[in-house]
Amino acid sequence: MPIARADVAHLARLSRLALAEDELDHLAPQLDEIIAAVARVQEVAAEGIPPTSHAVPLVNVLRDDVLVDCLTAEEALAGAPAVEDQRFRVPRILAED
Amino acid sequence: MDASLTQMSAAALAGAVAAGEVTAAEVTDAHLARIAATDDRVHAFLHVAGGRAREAARAVDERRAAGRPLGPLAGVPLALKDVFTTIDMPTTCGSAILDGWRPPYDATITRRLREAGVVILGKTNMDEFAMGSSTENSAFGPSHNPWDPSRVPGGSSGGSAAAVAAYQAPLGIGTDTGGSIRQPGAVCGVVGVKPTYGGSSRYGLVAFASSLDTPGPIARTVLDAALLHEVMSGHDPCDSTSVDAPVPPVVAAARQADVSGMTIGVVPEFTGEGFQPGVLARFGEAVELLEALGAKVTEVSCPHFSYALPAYYLIAPSECSSNLARFDAMRYGLRAGDDGTRSAEEVMALTRAQGFGAEVKRRIMLGTYALSSGYYDAYYGKAQQVRTLIIRDFEAAFERVDVLVSPTTPTTAFPLGERVDDPMAMYLADLCTIPSDLAGNAALSVPCGLSPDDGLPVGLQVMAPVLADDRMYRVGAAVEAALDSRRGYPLLNDARGLA
Amino acid sequence: MPGRTDPALVGYDEAVARYEPLIGLETHVELGTVTKLFCGCPATFGGAPNTHVCPVCLGLPGSLPVPSRAAIEYTIRIGLALNCSIAEWCRFARKNYFYPDMPKNFQISQYDEPLCTDGWLEVTLGEDEVAPSGQGDGGPRTFRVGIERVHLEEDTGKSQHKGGATGRIHGADYSLVDYNRAGIPLVEIVTRPVEGTGALAPAVAHAYVKELRDLLRALGVSDVRMEEGSLRCDVNTSLAPRGSGRWGTRTETKNVNSLRSVQRAVHYEIERQAGVLDAGARVIQETRHFHEDSGVTTPGRSKEEAQDYRYFPEPDLVPLAPPRDWVEQIRGSLPELPAVRRARLQDAWGITAAEMTDIRNAGALEEIEQTIAAGASPADARKWWLNELARRANDTGAELASLPITPADVAAVAALVRSGALNDRLARQVIEGVLAGEGSPDQVVAARGLAVVSDDAALNAAVDEAIAARPDVADKIRGGKVAAAGALVGAVMTATRGQADAARVRELILTRLTGS
Repeated sequence: MPIARADVAHLARLSRLALAEDELDHLAPQLDEIIAAVARVQEVAAEGIPPTSHAVPLVNVLRDDVLVDCLTAEEALAGAPAVEDQRFRVPRILAED
Repeated sequence: MDASLTQMSAAALAGAVAAGEVTAAEVTDAHLARIAATDDRVHAFLHVAGGRAREAARAVDERRAAGRPLGPLAGVPLALKDVFTTIDMPTTCGSAILDGWRPPYDATITRRLREAGVVILGKTNMDEFAMGSSTENSAFGPSHNPWDPSRVPGGSSGGSAAAVAAYQAPLGIGTDTGGSIRQPGAVCGVVGVKPTYGGSSRYGLVAFASSLDTPGPIARTVLDAALLHEVMSGHDPCDSTSVDAPVPPVVAAARQADVSGMTIGVVPEFTGEGFQPGVLARFGEAVELLEALGAKVTEVSCPHFSYALPAYYLIAPSECSSNLARFDAMRYGLRAGDDGTRSAEEVMALTRAQGFGAEVKRRIMLGTYALSSGYYDAYYGKAQQVRTLIIRDFEAAFERVDVLVSPTTPTTAFPLGERVDDPMAMYLADLCTIPSDLAGNAALSVPCGLSPDDGLPVGLQVMAPVLADDRMYRVGAAVEAALDSRRGYPLLNDARGLA
Repeated sequence: MPGRTDPALVGYDEAVARYEPLIGLETHVELGTVTKLFCGCPATFGGAPNTHVCPVCLGLPGSLPVPSRAAIEYTIRIGLALNCSIAEWCRFARKNYFYPDMPKNFQISQYDEPLCTDGWLEVTLGEDEVAPSGQGDGGPRTFRVGIERVHLEEDTGKSQHKGGATGRIHGADYSLVDYNRAGIPLVEIVTRPVEGTGALAPAVAHAYVKELRDLLRALGVSDVRMEEGSLRCDVNTSLAPRGSGRWGTRTETKNVNSLRSVQRAVHYEIERQAGVLDAGARVIQETRHFHEDSGVTTPGRSKEEAQDYRYFPEPDLVPLAPPRDWVEQIRGSLPELPAVRRARLQDAWGITAAEMTDIRNAGALEEIEQTIAAGASPADARKWWLNELARRANDTGAELASLPITPADVAAVAALVRSGALNDRLARQVIEGVLAGEGSPDQVVAARGLAVVSDDAALNAAVDEAIAARPDVADKIRGGKVAAAGALVGAVMTATRGQADAARVRELILTRLTGS
C-alpha cells in the first residue's frame, strides 16, 4: 500500500522531526519505496509462528537491591544545553501529560 | 619512528612489548605517526587521543618494569568506533546531534580495554548512529578505502576497518547490527568478526537496534581478532542481554586452524543474481580450498534467508526509532532553535531535523510507521515471525553442518557517492550478513583474495551456531593460512591506495 | 478547552436518581525499595536535585536497564494480596512518547503481558456511609472491586514550571527538570469498572483507595503517602441513563491527591456529566484535572488524536518467568491482610462493625491492639485511645501514632484506674503529664501527687466539713433521700482536688448520717 506525502509528514511530526518542505519532497518517495520493499514480509506464511523479540533465550536477569555510586549533579548536568537551580532548564512545555 | 612496528600483528607487538624488545610508548608513537601521515587521505579517525594514548602506553611500560603481569594484548594500539562511550574522549556516533558530547562514563568495553593495557589511539568514523554500509552517512565526512581512496571502506564501522587496513592500528573495534563489521572487513581486506549476540557487553554502546547490536573485533589476522575477542568479551552484569557463559575458546581455535573432518554448508540463496562475478569467483575458489583442506562441503538451503533483508529493515528501524528518541535537546547534545519563544516540542523537532542526517531520519520514520497502531501486526509483528523462521533455518542447517559459508557482501568496495541517493541499493550490501544478526549467531568475514574484475578485496563469510564462535575462527584461520602461504605475502601489501 | 462553557451541574441526588454511575480507578504506588527499578541509585524521596542519578536513570546514550529482584518481589506481593494470578512468563514493554521529564522519551512499562492479573479487593462501607445515600437498608455494604492488572514500570522525573502565575504548565515560560524521581519503581493497579454502586459511587471510590492504601502499608511495600506522591490516583467516571443497559463515555480525572479528593472528584464528575447529558450534549472522552481548592474538574489539553504509544517488547530486558516456588514462598510470607485482621479483632474484642469503623477512622487499630497486649481490656483500650487521645491528636493536628505516649503507658494508666489508685479525672491528668514528657505514668503520679486518697481518716475529716457546711442536705440524707449524697460527695471531691475515692466518700457520708 503506497504511503502518501501527507502520511510521511504525519510520521515526521510523530517522530519530532521538523522536516523542511523540500526535505519532505525528497524523503517521501524514498520511504514509499522502502515500505513497499519491506512489506515483502507479509508474503511469508507464518500461521502459528511465535514472534521472536530476543534471539538468544535468557530469562530472569535480575539485580540485588544494593546502592551503587551515583553521578554528581555536576557530572549529570555537564552536557546540558541550559541549567538553572541545579536542574535541566527546558523551553516551555506545551502539553500537560 | 620504526615503520615496521606498524606492520606487525597485534600478537607480535604484544610479544615484543612483553619481552622488552620494544616499549609500549614506542609502539604507540609509531602508530600515532602513521595516523598523522595518512589520515588526511583515509579520514579513519574523528578524534586522535595523542596525550591519553601516550599515558596509557607509559602505564604499560611502568607495569612491565615493576615486574607485574601483563595481559595478552598489553601495549597494543587500537582504533575504537566512535559509538562507544569514553570518559576522556568525545563520543559523537558520527552525528551532528552529539558533536562535542563527552560522556560521564566509560563503556564496559572501553573499561575492559583499559584494564587490559590496550592503548586506545582514538575514536573512529562511522555511519551516523551505525546506520549505513559506507561511512558516507557520517556527519563529519566519509572515510576512504585504503585500497582505493575513491571508494568506500564499507560501513558502518568503516573508520575502524580503514584504520586497520591502513596500518594505523593493528586492532579495531566495531559494531555489527546488519553486517557493519563484516562488510567493511570484506571490502577493506581485513578480518571482521561478529561474535554471538550478547557475547560482548553493550553497556556504553550507543544503541541503534538493541536486539541486534553486537560489538566485535577487526584485525589483519584471524589470530589477532581472536585475541581481541577474548579480551573484550564476557558476561557484564550491567547488560541484561549479555551471555552468562564462558567465552568460547576462540584463540585456541584460531591457532588450531584445521578444518579436516568439518562439514561446511554453502547457502544457495546467496550465490545468484546481484552478486558481482569476481566476488562469486573468489568465493567459489575458497569453497574448493576448504574441500582441499579436508572439509566436506554440501549445499544447505535456508529458504527464509531471502526475507531477512525486509525483516531487518523493519525490526532495526523500529528499535532505533525508539532508541533515538532520547536525542531531544533537553539534557545533552545539540539544541537548535531555542530563541526563547519556542516550545520544548518545537525545539525538539528543529534540533532533530538539524542534527540527524537523511538515513537516520528515514529509519526513524520507517520505525514509527512499523510500530504504529494498525500497522504493527503486518509490519513489525510479521518481521518478528520471519525472525523466528530464520532462527529455525539456522538450527536446521546446523544439524547438518558445522558452519555455513557465503560471500560476505555481493560486491567489492563501491565508489563513493554511487549509492548515497539510492537507499535500497545501499541496503543490498547487507544481504548476506543480516541473517546472523537476526538469529544472534556468530559470523565472521575473512579475506579470500582480490576480485579478478577490479583487484579489490573479497571476503568469505563463515557462520557458526550461537556460542560456537570458535568454529568460525577455526575455518577462518585455515583459509587465511592456506591463502597466505599460496600468495607468499600479506594480502594488504597489494593495497596501492596508500603509498 | 478555552472558550468551552459546560452546561449547569445537576444536583447529586437527582443525578444518581436518573443516571447509573460506573467508576474505575488506576493507582500508582511508588515502591519502598532501596534502589530504583533499573539501576542502583537511591529510590528515596527528596534529595538535592539531580544527585540521585546515573547514566541509566538519566537515559544517557549507551546506558542499559537491569531490573531489581526486590521490585519484582514487591509487585508479586501486591498481586497475591489482591488475589491475582502471577504470570508464568511476561516481558517489559516500551511506551513511547516525548516528554521532557522522561529521559529516554519512552517509559519502560508492561503492556499486554502484566505481571499480575485477574484479582479482586473487597471494600466495605460502614452504616454511616451507606445510610445517607438511601440505598438499601442502611446497613453496611460490601463491594467486590475487580482488579484487572498489576504491573511494574519506572517513574518519571519532576518538572517545575516557571514564569506563569500558578506554577502550572499553562502560561509558564520555561521548566526546570529534576530526574531524582526518574526510575523509581512504580506499580500500577487497575480496577475493572465497578458496577452497581449507584449513589455510593464516590464513597466506594474513597473506600477502595483507603483499603488499598492500608493493604499496601501492611505489606510493607511502600510508605503510601498521597501527599508525597508515593500513592497516586486517577479516577474514571461515566454515567448512563438508568435502565438503558449500556455504559456512557468515561472521563479520566487526574491530580487527585488525597482520599477526600477521590470522593469529591467522583461526586463532581457525576453532577457535571449529568448536566451535560441532561442538556442533550455528549460527554467528551478526555483527561480532566481535579482542583483541590474548588472541588471541580477542568479539561486537560484537548488531543487531536488518541495517543498511540507504539508499544513493543523492551529489547534491552529479557523476559521474566517467576518460578512457582518463589511465588509460593512470597505468598507464604504475606502478613495478615487488614480486612482479615479487622474481622478477627472485631470478633476477639466483641465489638460491632460500626465500632471497628470508628477505630479504623481514628487510625487507632495498631495502638489499641498493642495496649490490649500490654494488659488493658478492649473496652479500656478503646476508651482511652478513641476519646482522650484522639481528641488531643486532633487538637494538635498530629497523628495518633505519633503522640508521645506508648500503648504500654496507656495500659498502665488503665490498670491504675482499675485498681482504684486513680479515677478518670486523675487519669486524664496523668496522661497529660506523660504527653508533656514528664515521664512514665508512675513517675507522673508521684511527681504531681495525683494518687487517689483512700485513707479514711483524711476522708472523714473532709466529710465532716462538708456535712457541717450543708446541714440541709445532711438532713435530707438522714431522712432517707440517699441520692442527695451526691452533692456532699461533690463538695468533698472539690475539697480534695478530685483525688478522693468518690465511691468511698459516698460510703463514709452515708455511714455518718444513716449509720449504714
